[in-house]
Amino acid sequence: MTTRWTRKDLLGLRELPAEEINFVLETADAFKQVGTREIKKVPALRGKTLMNFFVEPSTRTRTSFELAALRLSADVINISATTSSLTKGETLKDTARNLEALHADILVLRHSSAGAPQFLANRLKASVINAGDGAHEHPTQALLDLYTIRERRGKIAGLRVAIVGDILFSRVARSNIFGLLKLGAHVTLVGPSTLVPREFEKLGVEISHKIEEVLPQADVVNLLRIQHERQRREYFPGIGEYIRLFGLTKERAKLLKPDCLIMHPGPINRGVEIDSEVADGLHSVILDQVTNGLAVRMAVLYLCGGVSA
Amino acid sequence: MKQAKQKTSGAAVPTMNAEAIRRALQRIAHEIIERNPQLTHVVLAGIPSRGVEIAQRIAAFIHQLRKINVETGVIDVAMHRDDVGTRSELPIVRESKLPLPLEERTVIVVDDVLYTGRTVRAAMDAINSFGRPARIQLAVLIDRGHRELPIRPDYVGKNLPTSGSEKVRVRLEQTDHEPDEVQLEKQ
Repeated sequence: MTTRWTRKDLLGLRELPAEEINFVLETADAFKQVGTREIKKVPALRGKTLMNFFVEPSTRTRTSFELAALRLSADVINISATTSSLTKGETLKDTARNLEALHADILVLRHSSAGAPQFLANRLKASVINAGDGAHEHPTQALLDLYTIRERRGKIAGLRVAIVGDILFSRVARSNIFGLLKLGAHVTLVGPSTLVPREFEKLGVEISHKIEEVLPQADVVNLLRIQHERQRREYFPGIGEYIRLFGLTKERAKLLKPDCLIMHPGPINRGVEIDSEVADGLHSVILDQVTNGLAVRMAVLYLCGGVSA
Repeated sequence: MKQAKQKTSGAAVPTMNAEAIRRALQRIAHEIIERNPQLTHVVLAGIPSRGVEIAQRIAAFIHQLRKINVETGVIDVAMHRDDVGTRSELPIVRESKLPLPLEERTVIVVDDVLYTGRTVRAAMDAINSFGRPARIQLAVLIDRGHRELPIRPDYVGKNLPTSGSEKVRVRLEQTDHEPDEVQLEKQ
């Protein structure tokens, strides 16, 4: 481990080289261990202030970041879109400058516009961590997915990973594609052609519209949440139709290799993208993802927040 | 690293060779046996990276002398340091591994060089987050002085008077892939 971390921000996996991705995962090993101690708190970020600034609603990502920060002894303030002055017409930049005037050291940002974290990172002294921006990237989700695969399978290179569902609008899919390809996995995107357009092939992934053809070879199946709001916009004909064509039903799960991992970033729609029996079954590592998310976010906060200005 | 080596290559004073290191660690093993009648309650917790190798070597000596397997562990101090954000380089965190529970046990913190005592303070904090050992002791290969905290070692391989501008360079076979050696580098 000779990599040295020099980034104050984590904006996406597209710009992160493989060595730095691996360095975050190795650092997360140490922080995962902290979660098993009698006292699950270390003083690493004592005296630092973290602002969770979520312009889009989120419970699990925000609480994961909050708990990660608390376990590193940072002080945490949560601001959501509805409680912030964004609803009163303040610009993102002004809100952020006000947060900085309070001497926040780390800003965790969830925003509906792609590029918002980059915009702030360029203007603020504070570390900016992207907690999901539009359909662009969600780097900590992809890092925890990579961590979970590496933990269960011992490696990532050479594995066949299928990502199923709403790829077009998914920042989780995008960050996963960048990370998985850099670490040497084969990636296949699966879904209706409206949600999995051919342009994605340019990134170096395969595309399939038939889930039955992909499942028997897959080492990992990462299911994305089907967002009901898309249906109204006619990207797919209906929930019933989606389940019939792409849902991971218990019948389809029989096609899986015995050691295949089933992943889902949550919250899961039981009976839509995944059947309950499969979500709670032996293949599922969905709750491991939640546990690992905490360790990965501790590692990211430690690395970005600990870099001296 | 490479640059530092070149800069100081003319002014490195050999201080301990492989045989001297071996004898020092063997003597520490004897002293640990003498002071801890219940050896099965002892844990040798190394501070990464060289402290871990030294702890394993001391454990091997104790096994030679008493045919008892003393448990070893790893205690990471990086996330317990008091200077995160003020150093130019962020310390790399490593996974801690200690046999649990720690209650009733004697944890011996093992490191290569004792200097300001701040690393040892961080190690004690880290150990306390795992539980409450019966006692904590400290074993070091080199004590170079200049303490900034009220900490003293229980077992010392060699007391080495130094000035603040000098650097103690320890090389161990497994960690560094170089022959065992201790040098004092004048800056």
